[in-house]
Amino acid sequence: MINKTKLGLAAVLAAGISASAAFAENIKIAFIDPLSGPFAGTGVNGLHQFEFAAEKLINEAGGVLDGKMFEIVGFDNKISPKESLIQLQVAIDQGIRFIAQGNSSGVANALTDAINKHNRRNPDQRVLFLNYAAVDPALTNDKCNFWHFRFDANADIKMDALTDVIASNEDIKKVYIIGQDYSFGKAVAAAAVRNLEAKRPDIEVVGNELHPIGKVKDFTPYSRKIIASGADAVITGNWGADMVGLGRSVVESGYKGPIFTYYAAGSGITAAFGEAGKGAILLVGEGQVNPPVSDRAAEYYKAYKAKYPDGNIDQGRIANVIEMLAKAINEAGSADDVVAIANALEGMEHDALFGGKLKMRAVDHQIIQDVHISAHTDENVTFDYDNSGYGVVSESVVTMAAADSATTCQMKRP
Amino acid sequence: MDLILVNLIDGLVTGLLLFMLSAGLTLIFSMMGVLNFAHASFYMLGAYFAFQISIYLGFWVALLIAPPLVGLMGAGVERYGLRRVHQYGHVPELIFTFGLALLIEEVVKFFCGNDLQPYTQPEILNFTAFAIAGNSIPAYKVFMIFCSIGIFLVLLYVLTKTRVGMIIQAALSYPRTVEALGHNVPLIFMGVFGVGTALAGVAGVIAGPVLGTFPGMAFVLGSIVFVTIVIGGLGSLWGALVASLLIGWITTFAKTYNVGAADVLTAIGFEKPVDLSESALRDLWTLTSPQIADILPYLLMVLILVFRPYGLFGKRDA
Repeated sequence: MINKTKLGLAAVLAAGISASAAFAENIKIAFIDPLSGPFAGTGVNGLHQFEFAAEKLINEAGGVLDGKMFEIVGFDNKISPKESLIQLQVAIDQGIRFIAQGNSSGVANALTDAINKHNRRNPDQRVLFLNYAAVDPALTNDKCNFWHFRFDANADIKMDALTDVIASNEDIKKVYIIGQDYSFGKAVAAAAVRNLEAKRPDIEVVGNELHPIGKVKDFTPYSRKIIASGADAVITGNWGADMVGLGRSVVESGYKGPIFTYYAAGSGITAAFGEAGKGAILLVGEGQVNPPVSDRAAEYYKAYKAKYPDGNIDQGRIANVIEMLAKAINEAGSADDVVAIANALEGMEHDALFGGKLKMRAVDHQIIQDVHISAHTDENVTFDYDNSGYGVVSESVVTMAAADSATTCQMKRP
Repeated sequence: MDLILVNLIDGLVTGLLLFMLSAGLTLIFSMMGVLNFAHASFYMLGAYFAFQISIYLGFWVALLIAPPLVGLMGAGVERYGLRRVHQYGHVPELIFTFGLALLIEEVVKFFCGNDLQPYTQPEILNFTAFAIAGNSIPAYKVFMIFCSIGIFLVLLYVLTKTRVGMIIQAALSYPRTVEALGHNVPLIFMGVFGVGTALAGVAGVIAGPVLGTFPGMAFVLGSIVFVTIVIGGLGSLWGALVASLLIGWITTFAKTYNVGAADVLTAIGFEKPVDLSESALRDLWTLTSPQIADILPYLLMVLILVFRPYGLFGKRDA
C-alpha cells in the first residue's frame, strides 16, 4: 500500500515535471488585477481580453522568436496595493518578466515603485510593467521610471481631447463637473477646469463637486442641482454603478444636454443605460469599435464574441500591449533581456488593431494615440456592448492626441 | 421655491422606499427580538427575481410574483434556519442572519455575475409625469409613491383592524398567553417574517430600476435601514414611517443645497482664518452639506439614542 502511494506520488511528480518542461518555452505575462470582489467583473473581462489577444494575435501566428508562445498568468490582487505587491513577488519568483496591470491608479503607483526598487536590486531578474489602464498622470510624470510603460491615454490627455470637443461647440456656455471623491475624481475635475480656462475662458463652470464613491443610493438631488445650475454640459469621471446612477438620474430629471464621460460603456453599463442614454452619453477613449476600422478588427471582435458570448472588447489597447510587446521581443532578439526589450519599446511606432497609429513616447513612456469621442447609441452599431443592441460609435477623433504635451518625467536609464 | 417643492417630492420617494424596507424589519424585530441583518439582502433578491421574471413575463407580472417568492424564501429561512438557532439565544441569531446576508450576496454574484443588470422600468411608465421649472418628475416616481402609500395603508389596516392583526399584536407582547389560547405562535412568527421579507422584496422590485440592480445594492442600503428603525423606535410602524420620511428629506435637502460649513460658522460668529492651508481646522471650514449628507442620519441616530433611547415612537425602554 505504502509502495503504491510512493509510486503514485512519483508518477504525479514526473508528470508535473514533464508538464512544466513543456511550458518552459512560454513567455509568461503576469496579469495582476482584481479577479474576485466587487471589481472582479472588470478584472476578469480584462484577463479574457489578454488571453484572447495572446492566443489570436501571437500564438496562432506562430509566436515570437521562432515559436515561443505567450502565456497569460492571472494573479488576483483584490484591487489592494498591498496584495498586489505580494502577487508581484510571487510572479517574479515564478520567473515571470512581464507584469500587466490596469485597474486602479493606487495599485499602479505601488507596483511601479516596487518594480523600480526590485530592478535596481536584482539586475539579473528585472521585470517590465505594462500598464494598460491606470491613467493617473503622475505615473508618466513625477513617478515615471524606465520599467513602466503606459498603453492608455492618461487622464490629462483624455480631458484635453474632451475639452477640444466642448470648446468647438459654441452652444455650450455652462459646464457642470461632478465626480467621485478620490484621487482620480479630483484629477479629472482639476484637468477639466484647467483646460476649459485655457480653451474657452467664456465658459462658466457652474458646479464642481465630488460625491462619496460607491455610497450614493440615489443621484436625484445631484441631478436637481445640475438642472438648477442651468448647465449645458456635464463632465464626469464616474465609473461602475456610480456612472449608471448619475447618468440615468440626470437624464430622467429632465436634463437635455450632453454628458461627457470616461467610463460609461461595457461591464453592464451600456445595457443599463439603454434608451435613456441615447443622445446624452458621450465617451472619451482610445480604440474605435464602431464602425469597425478594418476587416481584421471586425474579424478579431467576432472571434472574441464567439469565445466569450457575454464579453465585450471594451479595452482595445490590450491588443496593442500584446502586439507591441511581441514586436519588441522580436526586435531585441531575447525574451529575458528586459532592458533591450524596453529600449525596443521606447519610441516604437505601431499600427493599432482598432485603428490609428501608436507611438510609445521615449521621454516618459506614455503612448500617444488617437483619442475618440464616441456616442452611446443603437444606430450603426456593428458590435454592441452587453448584447444590448446599444454600443458606442465614434463621432470625432483627435489624431495623436497631446503628442507634444509637456512632462515632468526625468527618466533614469540603466 | 420651485426647487423646494421638487425636493419635497424627491425626499418623499426616498423616504417611502426606505419605509418599505424598514417596515418589514421593524415588524420582525418587534416579534422576535431579532435584528435581521439579511433584510436588505431580501431587498436585493426582490430586484434580481423581478429582473429575471420581467425578461420573460414583463414588469407587472414580476411585481406580482417576485415579492411572494421572496416572502416564501424568508418564511423558509425562519422555519428551517432561525427557529433552530433561536434556542441558543440572540447572539447566534444575529450571527446567523449576518452570515445569511453574505451568503445571499455571494450566491447572487455566482449566478448573475458582478455586473449591473439591465433591469429597467416598464415602457408604459417611461414618461415625464410633470415638470416643475425644468425639473421633470418621472411617472415611475409617482408610481413608487402610490405603491408605498398603498402598502402602508394595507399594513396599518391589517395590523390594527383585523383579527389577524390583533393576534399578531398580542403575540408581540404576550406570546405565551396567546399560545395558551390555542394560537400557533411559531406559525405567526413565520408569517410575519415572510411578510416582512416580502415587503423588502416589493421595495427591491420597484427600486431596482431606479437605484440599479447589482450585488452591492444590499450593502448600500443595509445600514441606513437599521438607522431608520432605531430613530423611529424599534417595533413601531408609525415610527418607521416618520423616520424614513425624515431621513429622506434631510439627505435630499442637504445634497441639493450647497451649504458650506464656512457659512454656518461665520453666521454664528466665528471668524474664517485668512490662510486656510495653515489652519488646523481647514477640513472643517471647507465642509459642504452634500459631503456630510449621508452622515446626517447617523448623527440623528446618535442624538436620538442619547436623548430618547427608545426612539421617536418606541414604547419600551431599549
